[in-house]
Amino acid sequence: MSVDTMPAAEPLYRSQRLALRYFTAAIALFGVMIVFGLLSAAYYLFPSMLFNTLNFNTSKIMHIDVLVIWLLMAFVGAVYWYLPKELGREMAGIRAAEITFWVFCVAVALVAATFLLVQYGSASEFTLWFINQGRKYVEAPRWAAIGIVAILLVFSWNVVGTCVKARRMTGIMWVMVLDLIPLVVVYLDAFPADTNMSTDLYWWWWLVHMWVESTWEVLIGCIMALVLMDVMGTSRRIVEAWLYIEVMLVLGAGILGLGHHYFWIGTPQYWLAIGGFFSALEPLPLLGMVVHAVYDAGMHRLKTNNQPAFYWITAEALGNFIGAGIWGFMMTLPQINLFSHGTQWTVSHGHFAFYGAYVCGVIAVMYVARQRVTGVPMLAGRTWRWGFGLLNLGMVGMVMALLLAGMAQAFYGRAIGGSTLMAFTTASENLWFKSGMYARMLFGVVFAAGYVALVYDLLRSPRRAPAIAAAPEPA
Amino acid sequence: MDIEDPSFWRAGAVSTTLVMLVVLAFLSLDSMRYIRAGGINVPPYDVINRHIDYQYDWNRRADVPVIGAPEPLFGQPVSATEAAALMRTGKLVIQSRACMDCHTIFGNGAYYGPDLTKAWLDPAWSQIWMPMTGKSTREEAMVAFLMHPDRYPTWTRAMPDLAITENEARATVAYLKWLSAIDTNGFPANFGRSMR
Repeated sequence: MSVDTMPAAEPLYRSQRLALRYFTAAIALFGVMIVFGLLSAAYYLFPSMLFNTLNFNTSKIMHIDVLVIWLLMAFVGAVYWYLPKELGREMAGIRAAEITFWVFCVAVALVAATFLLVQYGSASEFTLWFINQGRKYVEAPRWAAIGIVAILLVFSWNVVGTCVKARRMTGIMWVMVLDLIPLVVVYLDAFPADTNMSTDLYWWWWLVHMWVESTWEVLIGCIMALVLMDVMGTSRRIVEAWLYIEVMLVLGAGILGLGHHYFWIGTPQYWLAIGGFFSALEPLPLLGMVVHAVYDAGMHRLKTNNQPAFYWITAEALGNFIGAGIWGFMMTLPQINLFSHGTQWTVSHGHFAFYGAYVCGVIAVMYVARQRVTGVPMLAGRTWRWGFGLLNLGMVGMVMALLLAGMAQAFYGRAIGGSTLMAFTTASENLWFKSGMYARMLFGVVFAAGYVALVYDLLRSPRRAPAIAAAPEPA
Repeated sequence: MDIEDPSFWRAGAVSTTLVMLVVLAFLSLDSMRYIRAGGINVPPYDVINRHIDYQYDWNRRADVPVIGAPEPLFGQPVSATEAAALMRTGKLVIQSRACMDCHTIFGNGAYYGPDLTKAWLDPAWSQIWMPMTGKSTREEAMVAFLMHPDRYPTWTRAMPDLAITENEARATVAYLKWLSAIDTNGFPANFGRSMR
């Protein structure tokens, strides 16, 4: 749909109403994630805070697990939003999807309550099934992990079933349908408790890397393709060609780029060369996305009827390239990674990558939905700029502060310190490290203020303004 | 060949992905030879009956574990079966207490506490915690610390009390000893060699 034909009063599909519920839950959990992020940052400044009551590990679990869940909810919402539009019919299995939304919400609340109130158990299978699996990112007890598999299966049926019932497949939908296979299959690795830490981490990285650096990248690529056609009126032919290029480069570099996680876990030495080489290629697809975004922006001379969505799409392309690509490359060559791995340098990359690759993208979709729901032909104004500016400033500030702290650790703790407990302590008491931690906290507060501005802008009634006539798009 | 035709890039995407998946499958099969317990880089669990050291290898240009003379943990040799059972419990302790949401192992986890990859070899046990706990061996000092870490703080970032029982603590110590014997391609860097 081109921008000049933006509907003002078309009724929403049921799946789009469900998408709005997913967006609401996602944005609420985004806030929870920020609260526990600030709390986790505060432990570095006030280590005795809540000692033996709510320890750092619980706060950290809440921060990263909620991150995964809110992004997953936002992805599901984005797909539910665009599915009927892309295929021209109501989504298949809508009733099951509506039920699983509430199951999802209740499960998230129960797991959060368990993490906060029970926290840990004895060394038994019972603990893994009902309290905490203790594996980073997938700490949720097994019953909840089974629930996530069930939700992903319903989601997969919604997508595939809608394609079947519509008797229509687009290039974007082919990519999305095929991407559902690893999205579900790789997650099955959330269950084992392998005694051998080397094999445990080997397969755990399939889950973490293949989800975050491959499957999710492809999924957000599909979502961004739909957003670009929607917001900028970009032709399907251009969008699909770029999507295939992105898939080729993301998976071409990313599948063996997995090797940069296999440097130090007991794996053979050849992973140093393979992981280093393919990691160096990983920024390429992300650079392609930047080229694509700049091309589209130039085609439209920065004119759009949905300014917030347009700016968040641009932020996604640049943030993904710099945060995931450049920041990742900066530390993944084994010669550097030997010193940077497992320091706040990694945290710097992690924050920038998740934010650039995913957070900016899903916020863009939320603004698309907001324009459609409110029916304003031109979404502009000033309030959204506060959210955009503060969130980006807060994130860049946190990333730089963490990089400063991480470099101090790599140098003082590893390179000259000797990597022992005493070296870790000495590096953590270093002025550069402590300055970085204070700066991270400060910019974390700026980021939280940006979140408040974002929520305010998403909830308030938009100002009405005339739409911009879109330039004709070359086929 | 029309490079503006999406089907051209579709073919590239499919073929590249398939080739990379096949290569990854072969590399994963080969990697298992190295990382299974008793494999090329990962010792069997009963390595805890031996002395373990970590020395610089000039041929590898990296620190490597050196398995030495018999040195049973807690002075009691264990069979392979008993060692495997200890490791099972030790790993369950690490998961049930979410240790890797404060610490790292092989650099993976969270960064609030120190890396545990070579924790068994850390001089702090003999220099700090043996005198502090009044224990005469490293492993006894580690057990005392793990059971009541908040009684033996050495820094502002103290470890909380996670209700670890004596059996769980002994299994965790065994696990940390086994971990230290894994060849990690020289990670963590310069272990135990401060250049200050």
